[in-house]
Amino acid sequence: MTGRSARATAPGRRPGARLRTLLLHATVIVLGAFIVVPIVYGVLGGFKDNAQLATSPFGLPSPWVFSNYADLLVSASFWRPLGNSALIGVATTLLVVGVSALAAFVFARFAFRGRELIFTLFSVGLMFPFAVAILPLFILLRTFGLLDNPLGVILPQAAFGLPVTIIVLRTFFRNIPREIEEAATLDGCTAYGFFWRILLPMARPALATVSVLAIVASWNNFMLPLVVFNDPNWWTIPVGLRQFQGQYSTDTARVLAYVVLAMLPALGFYSIAERHLIGGLTAGATKG
Amino acid sequence: MSAPKGVSELSVPADERPKDAAASRAATKEEGTPDRRRRRGWVTITLFLLPAMVLFFLLVLVPIAIAIYTSLFKWNGLGGPPTNFLGLDNFVRLFEDKIFLGDLQRGLILIGLSLVIQLPLALAIAMLLNQRMRGRALYRVVFFVPYVLSEVITGVLFTMVFSPTRGLANQVLDLVGLGNLATTWLADPSMVLYSLFLVMTWKYFGFHMILYLAGRQGIPRELTEAAEIDGAGGWKAFWYITLPLLGPTIRISVFLAVIGAVQLFDLVWVLTEGGPIHGSETMAVTMFQQGFKRYQVGYANAISVAMFLISLVFALGYQRYVLRRDTEGAITVMRDQR
Repeated sequence: MTGRSARATAPGRRPGARLRTLLLHATVIVLGAFIVVPIVYGVLGGFKDNAQLATSPFGLPSPWVFSNYADLLVSASFWRPLGNSALIGVATTLLVVGVSALAAFVFARFAFRGRELIFTLFSVGLMFPFAVAILPLFILLRTFGLLDNPLGVILPQAAFGLPVTIIVLRTFFRNIPREIEEAATLDGCTAYGFFWRILLPMARPALATVSVLAIVASWNNFMLPLVVFNDPNWWTIPVGLRQFQGQYSTDTARVLAYVVLAMLPALGFYSIAERHLIGGLTAGATKG
Repeated sequence: MSAPKGVSELSVPADERPKDAAASRAATKEEGTPDRRRRRGWVTITLFLLPAMVLFFLLVLVPIAIAIYTSLFKWNGLGGPPTNFLGLDNFVRLFEDKIFLGDLQRGLILIGLSLVIQLPLALAIAMLLNQRMRGRALYRVVFFVPYVLSEVITGVLFTMVFSPTRGLANQVLDLVGLGNLATTWLADPSMVLYSLFLVMTWKYFGFHMILYLAGRQGIPRELTEAAEIDGAGGWKAFWYITLPLLGPTIRISVFLAVIGAVQLFDLVWVLTEGGPIHGSETMAVTMFQQGFKRYQVGYANAISVAMFLISLVFALGYQRYVLRRDTEGAITVMRDQR
């Protein structure tokens, strides 16, 4: 592919074409700097003190100040939210993927009256923004006594994650050939057995994709944990970071250190799950 | 499994097929009457569907119903159910509320800026990164990284970048000799919306770029090559071949940008809480302020309903008039399979 594209650009190598290429490269580099510089500023800023930040924002720290990061790494104000975010993310993912897999199986493999109606109802859920439901959700959770309870975040997140998860899994389940189900049935497999022992193992790529989407959405969710958790012991990373910023509003270097530490799990996860994340995000948009 | 059999089986509804297969094999081994089997089918359907339906009903549909219902009342959200029925007064109030009308205007500005600046930029970069160039893979990763970081991380980082005293933005301007452009980014009511847009571009343009890259890779290279042989290279090939074929991807990307702007909350809340003087406020922020800070829950829910209706009308209209040609094929294929 790359070899061919080189040939494809060759006819454009008229006078001026080189200038154009140069300009395009310059554009990409300027934009890349626009993206990277704030991140580098954050990383290095965490190693500076506030005086250094004011006098030399670009240079390397001198001397290197390790206390901003070190203080956070031994404090509960970072680890506690990290643990909460992980717990809530994993629980949300297991719940939404499990429940959606059951439903998607029925939508994909059974014909019954009302199927399309119910499925359409779920698909319309794609258009319900979280923000629309946040006040009533808060009131409901208060009524059920789920405020300051991780379930108060896990359950609504799972509920709002259902539409996209069900749609992706149903598409995948549909594409598994009928012959496989027939063979399983002839060998005495029940619907449950087929679902559990054959369909789910075959659907591993699709399950991975929807899991990655669900855990990223949960990890980044801000509005719901913000209103559900009053108790600092339950704060997630976004809420914890936001409160930390309020608490240390004049200590820029310390807040930058927190920002950078908060980035690391997301970046680490992205580097592992890049293929699934990008595949999941682009699947809907390119098939149309 | 012989080919003709496989094809014929495809058209048989799923719940009848195993029965037929078993029946054709050995009628004596058939366990239970067809009636009992059908009943068992319903049990399976119900059991498998129930958890999703309960979750979705209780935590998605009920809250939206509550939002719609309570938007008709004056209610502080405390104590029992609302009693002070207002009819549509809350909605009338919306159209007299300068802040809400401002939200609409600011939303339109953000959408306009996204469509005119952010998306074309993402498209241009995607086309560029689709060619062979040094460091291409690295650039792709770099441009996509902000999308992976949460809105809160982005917001907190940029409050530091835009800090008027020791912020990065002003210091960069100083460095490149544009020190007189230094400004108070987030503290100036007439500037804050554009600062917000800058942060949105930083965060989201890589996502649109990735969409375009994926769409571009779906276009067979033979098409652009054929065009070149016919003498249409560079701009012409892009304009007459690549761009039209990218249509579905671009339409989805526009859709996501608009819906994202309508629902924008996290980034604004962390950067400015909607201020100063409502200069960066969005509908979701106004709703949040009214509901959680001023206990005007009925009115806040009227804003929620308005947001919902705007999203819904836009989504349905977009589906009907813009995405129709993209999904037409998909829907008819689904219908055939059924």
